[in-house]
Amino acid sequence: MSELLAFFTDPWQLPFMQRAFAVAAIVGLVCGVVGVYVVLRGMAFIGDAVAHSAFPGVALAYAFQGNLLLGGAAAGATTAVLIAIVSQNRRLKEDTVIGVFFAFAFGLGIVLVSTRDSWTTDLSSFLFGQVLAVDSSDVWRVAGIGAVLVATVLALRKELVAVTLDRETARAAGLPVLRLDMTLYIVVTATIVMSLEAVGNILVLALLITPAATARLLTERLWAMTLLASAFGCAGSLAGLYVSYAYDLAAGGSIVVVLTAFFALAWVLAPRHGLVARLRSTADAGARAIGPKPTAAGST
Amino acid sequence: MTDTKRLLQVESVSVALGGRMAVEDASLTVSGGELVGLLGPNGAGKTTLLRAVLGLAATSAGSVTATGTVGYVPQRHEFAWDFPIDVAGVVLSGRTRAIGWLRRPKAHDREAADQALELAGLTDLRRRPIGELSGGQRQRVLVARALAAEPRLLLLDEPFTGVDVPTQDLLNDLFGRLAADGRGLLMTTHDLAAAARTCTRVVLLNRTVVAEGGPELLADPEQMLRAFGLDRAIGSVRAEAGAAA
Repeated sequence: MSELLAFFTDPWQLPFMQRAFAVAAIVGLVCGVVGVYVVLRGMAFIGDAVAHSAFPGVALAYAFQGNLLLGGAAAGATTAVLIAIVSQNRRLKEDTVIGVFFAFAFGLGIVLVSTRDSWTTDLSSFLFGQVLAVDSSDVWRVAGIGAVLVATVLALRKELVAVTLDRETARAAGLPVLRLDMTLYIVVTATIVMSLEAVGNILVLALLITPAATARLLTERLWAMTLLASAFGCAGSLAGLYVSYAYDLAAGGSIVVVLTAFFALAWVLAPRHGLVARLRSTADAGARAIGPKPTAAGST
Repeated sequence: MTDTKRLLQVESVSVALGGRMAVEDASLTVSGGELVGLLGPNGAGKTTLLRAVLGLAATSAGSVTATGTVGYVPQRHEFAWDFPIDVAGVVLSGRTRAIGWLRRPKAHDREAADQALELAGLTDLRRRPIGELSGGQRQRVLVARALAAEPRLLLLDEPFTGVDVPTQDLLNDLFGRLAADGRGLLMTTHDLAAAARTCTRVVLLNRTVVAEGGPELLADPEQMLRAFGLDRAIGSVRAEAGAAA
């Protein structure tokens, strides 16, 4: 019993773990809320593109000894806005445009990195996260940015829903679809860059997509999906850190593995659309086909 | 028909799409109480003309004048039916613009949405997730969403495509009631039978307006052949048959 208690309390004795828990919990929560729109808009690919396109900005900031997060944010935001503008051309599908800019930005980053050979540690921490090395100003910054991002998404919820349901009708009704798209892209970019410290460039997509996808399996209501996604993101990040601490494993990777375990559980056990429920309803339908005819439910 | 009841006036409108004139010099009007069918073959520019009226496609010539709020009912495949929202939520989303930025729906918004649900016969399905609806129910949800904004003019793109007969009857009845209420309706369709049954007036489009009149027009073979660009084809077939004989 005391061992179990120690498992939960031990990490909290260490200041660096306290800060890591705080950052991971906030990042998980914010990614959950923003990720709902990434999943519902089918923006997983653009999220990945933005995460990778922050890379040249980070490299440039490093070269000129600027703020790595600001550099990443500027590069990610530039790419996101370019994608939003170029994909207004109806002849090109959005994913095509994303493919062009995503590969370009990452390629540019690699070119920049290849000009120096001494910087490997910091760049690898950007690619894979450094949540155990955050200081208290990082905690406050993440909390502040996160609050702004969540507030923005909640304030624009009604308009984002209308545009996601049906862009053309939203446009015909006079909603500024392009500006809403750009706002969403910028929010997604800011969320990704803010999360880089916790899980890094490569794994941040899991924090954005997996909790929201898990929540989508469990509900048909947007508010419930938003609450569940933020709860999964938050709980998964904390649990991942515990696992990482207890077994001395990489923090970012552990968080992603825990989040994916949540997703797998939901995929199997979800009440209506999970694997078990689907198998059961198929079996029921089979039994009904043999038994007496059921009464018709619902109307056309 | 007095001018005060005129809800839509399209005058000599041309729309270029990808270097080709999709619509050329098309004119039509819709007045309150009318259900106008916009008919024509595939590629005749029906949807493009609707998009021009809505301001979604740029006109290269001519003018569009619409009175009051314009409601739009797009084709069903243009809508994200996998979104986690119920029927009432979609219908209320039709008032997004009327509610305004950073505001929550007020009593009047809820009443308008309730009334739209009632008109479309969806009151019993209001809490149903949209992913669980049939094709006909989905079509009615799109109509109700447009009605929630309280439009005087309603533009419908192929509302009868892919819906079963009971739904067609229900939509026919609904459109008739909306027109009787003084609203104007303009719908594209390639279903001639449905148009003949429902519409008070039909406009035959083949890039430009080739004929216009009451639904009895649809029973006139010469006009129909011309509208569908078949008159010359049939003429040359007849000429060849004559030469062979």
